[in-house]
Amino acid sequence: MLTIELFFEQSLNGLQQGVMLFLMAAGLTLVFGIMHLINLAHGSLYMIGAYVAASVTQASDSFTLGILAALVAAGLTGMLLEFSALRRLYNRDHLDQVLATFGMILFFNELVKILWGPQALFLSTPEFLSGTLEFIPGAPYPSYRLFIIGAGLVVALLLRHLIIHTRVGMLIRAGATHREMVGALGVNIDELYTIVFGLGAMLAGLAGALAGPMLAVEVGMGEKILILTFVVIIIGGIGSVRGALVGALLVGMVDTYGRAFLPTIMRELLDPASADTVAASMSSVAIYVLMAVVLIWKPRGLFQAYGS
Amino acid sequence: MFLSKIIGSDASFRTKIVTLLGLLILFAVPLLANLFNEPFLVDIASRILIYALVAVSLDLILGYGGMVSFGHGAFLGLGAYVVGILTHHSYEGTAVAFLPGDWQGTTQAFVQWPLAMILSGLLALIIGALSLRTSGVYFIMITLAFAQMLYFFMISIPTYGGEDGLNIWERSEIPLLDLYDAKSFYFICLVLLLLCLWCCSRIVKSRFGMVLRGCRQNEVRMKALGYPVYRYKLMAFVLSGMIAGLAGALLANHTEFVGPGLMHWTRSGEIMIMVILGGMGSLIGPVLGSATLLMMEEVLAGLTEHWMIFLGPMLVLIVLFARKGLYGLLIGKGTDNG
Amino acid sequence: MADPILEVISLTKCFGAIAASDGLTFSVKRGTIHGLIGPNGAGKSTAIAQLSGELQSDTGRVRFDGQDVTRWAVDKRARSGLQRSYQITSLLPEFTAEDNVAMAIQSQQGHSFRFWENARKDNSLRTPSRKILERVGLSDFADNPAMDLAHGQQRQLELAMVLATAPSMLLLDEPMAGMGQSESLRMMELLRPLKGDVTMLLVEHDMDVVFALADMITVLVKGQVLLTGTPDEIKNHPEVRRAYLGDY
Repeated sequence: MLTIELFFEQSLNGLQQGVMLFLMAAGLTLVFGIMHLINLAHGSLYMIGAYVAASVTQASDSFTLGILAALVAAGLTGMLLEFSALRRLYNRDHLDQVLATFGMILFFNELVKILWGPQALFLSTPEFLSGTLEFIPGAPYPSYRLFIIGAGLVVALLLRHLIIHTRVGMLIRAGATHREMVGALGVNIDELYTIVFGLGAMLAGLAGALAGPMLAVEVGMGEKILILTFVVIIIGGIGSVRGALVGALLVGMVDTYGRAFLPTIMRELLDPASADTVAASMSSVAIYVLMAVVLIWKPRGLFQAYGS
Repeated sequence: MFLSKIIGSDASFRTKIVTLLGLLILFAVPLLANLFNEPFLVDIASRILIYALVAVSLDLILGYGGMVSFGHGAFLGLGAYVVGILTHHSYEGTAVAFLPGDWQGTTQAFVQWPLAMILSGLLALIIGALSLRTSGVYFIMITLAFAQMLYFFMISIPTYGGEDGLNIWERSEIPLLDLYDAKSFYFICLVLLLLCLWCCSRIVKSRFGMVLRGCRQNEVRMKALGYPVYRYKLMAFVLSGMIAGLAGALLANHTEFVGPGLMHWTRSGEIMIMVILGGMGSLIGPVLGSATLLMMEEVLAGLTEHWMIFLGPMLVLIVLFARKGLYGLLIGKGTDNG
Repeated sequence: MADPILEVISLTKCFGAIAASDGLTFSVKRGTIHGLIGPNGAGKSTAIAQLSGELQSDTGRVRFDGQDVTRWAVDKRARSGLQRSYQITSLLPEFTAEDNVAMAIQSQQGHSFRFWENARKDNSLRTPSRKILERVGLSDFADNPAMDLAHGQQRQLELAMVLATAPSMLLLDEPMAGMGQSESLRMMELLRPLKGDVTMLLVEHDMDVVFALADMITVLVKGQVLLTGTPDEIKNHPEVRRAYLGDY
C-alpha cells in the first residue's frame, strides 16, 4: 500500500543512498576535474575502507575507531597509489588510465581475498545508533541511516567550505582552470595532487566504513558502487562537485523509489507474476534510463566543472 | 635483435612471416593435441579463437576508430543469450517470451547465429547512438554503464535463469557437421575468425576504414574536411557489435552455458586487455593478445589460486612501459595503422 | 562578381562575461582576398571558429553563398564549400602526406560508406592527390607520414588538403604562422594565383603579407569591427594607426 509513512521512509532511504554515492562521487570527480585522471580503483579504496573498519571495529569494539582506521587506511593507500603509479598517468590518454587502474582493481580484490578470506564480513550497527527515531508518528526510522545522512551533509558542507574558502581550495579551483599558472606561481603541484588524491581516497574509505553495518563487506563491493558512481558523475557533469551532489541525490532517489514503488504500481496494471518481473527489470535499469535521458538533453552532464 | 638479423627489419616482410607462422600454428593445433594426447588443448584453442574474434571486433573501433568502448561484454553476452534463449525454448517446447506468436526457438545455427549478430548490432546501434554524442572519458563511462545496465537487466529476468544463467542442453546444429566434435567446432571457429579477419582487413583499407582511422588521429580535422564523423563512427560501432555478437553465439556453444557474467564489466575489461596486450591498431594483435592472456590464465591459475595478484600489477607495468603490445614487438614498430 | 559570398551580421560570442566577438558585421566579396587583422586578443580566431561552425554563436547570422548557415554543423558547412585551415597545424599525423590529401579529395566524392575496395589503390583519389602535392611542392614527400614533415612542409600540406576539397571559400587562420622568410614567400606564391577562383578570408599577423595580398581589410579590436576598407584606407586611417599600428 502506498502510504505517507512509506513514502517518507523511502524518501529518507533514497537520501541516504544518495549521500553514500556523493561521498564516492565527490572524490572521483575532484580527481578527474583536477588531474584529468579516470580512476577505476576508486571502488577498491571503498572496499579497503569497509574491510578495515569492520576488522578494527570487531577487534576494538569501537565503531568510531573503526571509522578513523578506515579513513587512515584508505587515505594512505590512495596517496601511495598516486605517488607510485598514478602520477605517471596524468598526461597519458584515458585508455592507459583505465587499463592501469583496472589492473589495480584485480590486485586489490585478490589481496583482500588473501588477507580476509573469500567469506563476506557482517558488521552489526554500533549500539548507540541501533535504535530508531520517530519523526512522523507510526513511521520509525533507523538512527544509523539518519547518521549516514547527517555525516554526508556535513562532508558536503566541509567540502564546500574547503573549495571556496581555503588556500587548498583556491589552488584546487585554480588548478582546474590553469594548471600551468599554478605551477608557475611556485606552488608544488605534485604535493597538491597527492593531497587531493588522498582526500578523495579518504571520502571513499569513509563511504566504505559507513556501508559496513548495512551491506555485506565482500570482495567486489567496490565495483558495484563504482559503476553507480560513474552514472552519478555522468549525470552531474564530470569534474563538478555540485554536479556530483545533485547527481548522487537524483540517482539515490530514482533507484530507491523504483525498487520501492514499481512493484506496487505494476501490480495495478499487470497480473502479479509478470508484474514482479517487469517491476524488477524496470527498477534495475531505471537509473541508466535516467542517465540516457540526461545524455540526450545535456551530453556533458547537468553542471560544468570549474574552468571548462 | 637476432631475429631481425635473419629476417631483416622490413616491417611488411616480418608481418608476413608472423602471419604465416600464426596460421601454421592455428591449423596445427588439432594435430598437436593428438600428438601429445591432450584433447583439452583443442578446447582451450577454441576458446582462444572465440575471444580473438571479440578482441578483433573491439580493436576495429578501439585501435582503428579511437573509441574506448568499455562495454563490449554487452554485445558478447547478448549474442550468447540469443543462442541460449532460442535453445532453451526449443528444448522446453515453450514459446519465446516477449514475442507475439508462439515461436518455440530453434537450434539451427543458420537462424541462431545471424540473429545473434543482428540483435547485438541493434543493441550497438542504440548504445552507440547515445554514447557517441559524447567523447573521451564520458564515452568510456557511458559504454561501461550501459553494459552494466544489461547485466542487471538479465539478472532481473528469472525466466532466463536470472543470476544463475541458462544451461544449454543442445549445441547449435549445422547440417553435415557435429558441433559436439571438438575438432569440428575448432575449425568452425577458425574459419569464422579468418573470415572476419579477411573482411576487417578489407574494411580498414577501404574508404570507410580510412575515414575511421582519420577520426582516431584527428576528429576535428575530419569534420573540417566535411565528414559527418558521427555516422561513420556509429557504423563502425554497429559492425563491431555484430562481430562480438557472433563470438557470443560461439561462446555459448563452447561453454554450453550463458550467464549474466558474460556482460559483467570485468569481462569487457579483459577483452580490452587482450587488445592492448596484443597490440591495437593491427588485426593480428588481438589474436595474439587473446592467446597470451588465456594461456597466461591457464598457467598462472595452475600455480596459484590467487593468480590475479600477479595479473593486476603486470597490467599496470604493461601500460606504463610496453604500450606497443606483442605485435609491435614482433613486427618492430608501433601500432601505426600502416 | 561583386556579390558577397559571405555575409556576417552582428555575430556575437561570449565566454562568461567577456564578449570574444561583439556584434561583428562585415561581408566578403566573391573572388577576393579579405584580410582580417587586429591586435592579440581581438577575437580573430574566435571569429574564424564561428564562421567555420566550430563555435556556436550566441546571436547574429552567417550567410554563405546565398544560404543561411548559422545553425549548420562544421561538416555541413565544409561540404558546402566553406573550408578552413588552422593556426596550429591540424593534419592526420600517422597518414602519409598523400593519404592526407586523398582524404580531402575523398570527402568531395560523396559518402564513404564503401567498405571493400582498397582506398590506397583507388586512382580517382591518388592521381589528383599527387597532382596537388606537386602543386604545393611536396611530391618528394608523398610517402612520408605527416608527423615526420618539417613545420613549413606541414603548413603546405594543410593548404594542399584544403585546396583538394575545391572550396569556394577559404578561412585561413595565420597560414604563415611559424614559417621562415622563404617559406612565407612560397606560401604567398601559392595563395596569390588562387585569387578569383577561391575567396579567402585571411587572418595574418604579418602586415606586409596582408597588405600585399588583400583586396579589402577588416580591423577587429576587442571583439568589435573597427572598420573595413581597402589596404590604403586602412594604412592611412588615424584610428587604426592609434589602436593597432601604434604597437606595430
